[in-house]
Amino acid sequence: MAENTSNNASDLSIREQVKNVITEVLGVKPEQVTNEASFKDDLGADSLDQVELVMKLEEVFKEKINGEISEKDAEQLTTVGSVIKYIENGGKLA
Amino acid sequence: MNSGRVVVTGLGTVNALGHNVEEFWSALIAGRSGIRTVSHFDASKLPCKVASEIVGFDPSPYMDAKEVGRTDPYVQYAVAAAKMAIKDAQLSISDAESERCGVLIGTGIGGMQNIQEQSFKLFSKGPKYISPFMIPSIICNMASGTVAIALGMRGPSFGIVSACSSGSHAIGEAYRCLQCGDADVMVAGGTEAAVQILAFSGFCSMKALSTHFNDCPEKASRPFDAQRDGFVMGEGAGVLVLETLEHAQKRGAHIYCELTGYAASCDAFHITRPEPSGRALISCFKTLLEKSKTPVDAVDYINAHGTSTHYNDLLETQAIKAVFGEHSKHLNISSIKSMLGHLLGAAGAVEAVATVKTLETGIIPPTINYEHPDPECDLNYTPNKAVKRDVEVAISDNLGFGGQNSALLFRKLGQG
Repeated sequence: MAENTSNNASDLSIREQVKNVITEVLGVKPEQVTNEASFKDDLGADSLDQVELVMKLEEVFKEKINGEISEKDAEQLTTVGSVIKYIENGGKLA
Repeated sequence: MNSGRVVVTGLGTVNALGHNVEEFWSALIAGRSGIRTVSHFDASKLPCKVASEIVGFDPSPYMDAKEVGRTDPYVQYAVAAAKMAIKDAQLSISDAESERCGVLIGTGIGGMQNIQEQSFKLFSKGPKYISPFMIPSIICNMASGTVAIALGMRGPSFGIVSACSSGSHAIGEAYRCLQCGDADVMVAGGTEAAVQILAFSGFCSMKALSTHFNDCPEKASRPFDAQRDGFVMGEGAGVLVLETLEHAQKRGAHIYCELTGYAASCDAFHITRPEPSGRALISCFKTLLEKSKTPVDAVDYINAHGTSTHYNDLLETQAIKAVFGEHSKHLNISSIKSMLGHLLGAAGAVEAVATVKTLETGIIPPTINYEHPDPECDLNYTPNKAVKRDVEVAISDNLGFGGQNSALLFRKLGQG
């Protein structure tokens, strides 16, 4: 039970941290950063923004994802929710 | 029909003396210096510790937060000055007209802050941490490119680079685009944001900067004064809206003045030192007068390059004497660098803004810190206090490293 609570707390923290990174890098409003939001279509990210976002995520979640986000993985991370899940999975696609 | 006549209809600037044209102009005519102890970085180990810095500039009225984050300040200053100039010109561009409107904004160095930050990141963290925005932030055509995006202008647009002459070369080349019918409107000027430790240290190594006035920064820039000992770095942007006379008249625009001439030349002598005979600068002035069909005695005012270095001020004085002869004594000359420092690639552009204001108001901004006359610089540099003079014709000239000279001639809009 105690372990579950701590897991939930850290899940929440990943979610919040990811959303903070996205808000900062893309210069969008926090309320736009929903789980379903697409980087390209909803948050206006161009290809350069997406590269920068991946770099920032690698920096912030270095330990959780065990190194770096491969280009192949990055191509699949098109929504806010997909990134959260990816980090929660320790740097693996679901 | 295009008569080939070009007029100025809008002005914009951001610099240490003001974040708009009115603040800038009132500081200039009050003889106020914008030079202070360097605050952008720690200059305590450098021989020069003074600069003309932009402090507290808010780009948010001109760009959204995301755009600010992905651009170098050199681009931000240009976008701000360009939007001010367009607003001043009360110009709105329809989609159909957009291909007849262009942007030429020069810079000497480009995105210095990003060059410095990303180099540091390269050596401290490694190559994979270099930002994808580094290249678009630093390249010297990006002020023109970003302004074109911001204003939706699809006509001629590229970078103009000639060190400290970039601003006036850009205005001159824009004038040509209008004259030859390539565009109806050109947004032109210069921008620089190089008061960063890397560039600053480079100029220190060249022994180009003032070093004897660190305790009284506002005295450091003293063009034509016998105690001048180097220039003072500055940053900012200046932008002019230029239009064909016909385009401006058709839309009932307020016209500041006419731009009737542009000339450019090169010393072909040394990478940084001006050529001692002043031959190329003299030919630049002569071509300018010839092309704009202006007799020497019609010129009232020269907004000089006047950097406050030994060679520049001496050779510029000698060139003016060689070109204007007896009339050189009747000219008012002044260097606003005495107050604003040297804005490098933006210098010619902010000086053009000041020159246009002189034609508009009949007030000539002074050369401040003129305290010890130099027997070799013996013209009327409008010392220390602004003067009133009904200026019909004014010249603004600039000299860049590489021996690249340019000059512009503005005159009150005449009839016919």
